[in-house]
Amino acid sequence: MALLEVEGVDVAYGRIRALSRISLRVEQGEIVTLIGANGAGKTTTLRAISGLIRPLRGAIRFDGSDLLRLTPDQVVRRGIGHSPEGRRVFARMTVRENLELGAFTRDRASEVASDLKGVLTIFPRLGERLVQKAGTLSGGEQQMLAIGRALMSRPRLLMLDEPSLGLSPLLVQTIFEVIKRISASGTTVLLVEQNAHQALAIAQRGYVLEVGKIVHEDSAANLLASDAVRAAYLGGAA
Amino acid sequence: MEIFFQQVVNGLSLGGIYALIALGYTMVYGIIELINFAHGDVYTLGTFFSLAILSAIGVSGEVHGPALIGIVALAVLSAMLLCGVTGVLIERLAYRRLRNAPRLAPLITAIGMSFILENVMQLWRGPSPVPFPQVIPNPSASFGGVVVSAKQVLVVGLAVVMMAALQVFIYNTKLGKAMRATAQDRDAAQLMGININTTIALTFLIGSALAGAAGFVSGVYYGTTWFFNGFEAGLKAFTAAVLGGIGNVAGAMLGGFLIGLVEAVATQYIPGGAQWSNVVVFSVLVLVLIFRPSGLLGESLPEKV
Repeated sequence: MALLEVEGVDVAYGRIRALSRISLRVEQGEIVTLIGANGAGKTTTLRAISGLIRPLRGAIRFDGSDLLRLTPDQVVRRGIGHSPEGRRVFARMTVRENLELGAFTRDRASEVASDLKGVLTIFPRLGERLVQKAGTLSGGEQQMLAIGRALMSRPRLLMLDEPSLGLSPLLVQTIFEVIKRISASGTTVLLVEQNAHQALAIAQRGYVLEVGKIVHEDSAANLLASDAVRAAYLGGAA
Repeated sequence: MEIFFQQVVNGLSLGGIYALIALGYTMVYGIIELINFAHGDVYTLGTFFSLAILSAIGVSGEVHGPALIGIVALAVLSAMLLCGVTGVLIERLAYRRLRNAPRLAPLITAIGMSFILENVMQLWRGPSPVPFPQVIPNPSASFGGVVVSAKQVLVVGLAVVMMAALQVFIYNTKLGKAMRATAQDRDAAQLMGININTTIALTFLIGSALAGAAGFVSGVYYGTTWFFNGFEAGLKAFTAAVLGGIGNVAGAMLGGFLIGLVEAVATQYIPGGAQWSNVVVFSVLVLVLIFRPSGLLGESLPEKV
């Protein structure tokens, strides 16, 4: 049984259909990537899984149990961490407060403290800026904070929405290295990216979204080699 | 000069009440961007609730000794609890379903809620002013001609203690942090595992409880109230919240005390006195907003709750 199963999900914003019949699955321990152009529905898919938007129909199951009727805070408690599009750090709160809020669902202070240490080992830059307001961080640092904050809930599945957006090539490398590390430590990852090449390079499998529909689904290696995918998302005959 | 300082003392007492009410306006605005017009009436309810408690335990005049502390604590806490519950119910019944509706819908609902509360209070306690028992003995001390009464000490003291407690709660507790997070970014707060319905209800609970405390204090301070009392006080407290920077907790406190001071000083020094005090208060608001549209602390300390 897959850790996450999405089956035939439709989502609409008012009368505008955003997703039709989306189905995907993420197995325990995998990195799965969801690629596609702007507006294809990648973010909407993650928002539906998190409960931020309610699908019209379909099923979303996590570890065998139904997520559809849960509120977003209950979804977090089930073990899904979500680092949202645009980072959405709490700009007027300090880095430390942001990370502490990431652990909002957890009670054991000692475990939280050790996870905080863990996050600061992954992102030493955040350690230097703990008392700084998150709004004063650079874009790359805010991205680190958003990922670190999502990790603080100790999720079984970590969903990352465009973690490389707007970062320098060097930082993009760092972020993808970190994602590999997080995966190696046992956390399953669902990665939404426009940077298809890099995402497929670290993922086991991938889904390609086009205007609300999944048009390709394959192993990352096959998608990287596929002519159609190369033409559309990997910069042509690279 | 004594007269001036006397008015400063009077203004601070008045301002303490405005500040306590203003906190509720600013907290609710901070978290759901709604101007809760019913808030002033919750304050009036606070006075009536404490009056009902005092009557129920048979207190109709001055109380002395340790019993005084017990009775004041009982009246304040019950008024806070009852008003807090009222606020939570208002949010649950009237505002929650409109949370994603166009902004005008909850605003009109809030005005309607205000009328409902006013009419309920009119039916309950009648249309005329109702006397409030003088529970607290009112000795006063003179400092170089400036008279400070026990009631004034109570008003300012209670306001300052409540505000300090609120600050500690907002900045140093997990739930307080959840409130600030929800105010800043509701979706992101949900992704942290924060239940925003609970958090918003908590905001109404605290804001309305503070109005309840203000209601008790105003009963003691003025010795009377009536069903429409919250209209003007609410409007001035709202002015205080805007003056300080709506959504900003420290700003609401500052704004409340400033409005109280301006009103007291204007009453003293402007010929015609009391009749003109409202004109002065609202002129100050207009002037401040022309030069600082976001309020006094609206930009430098943009911490909204």
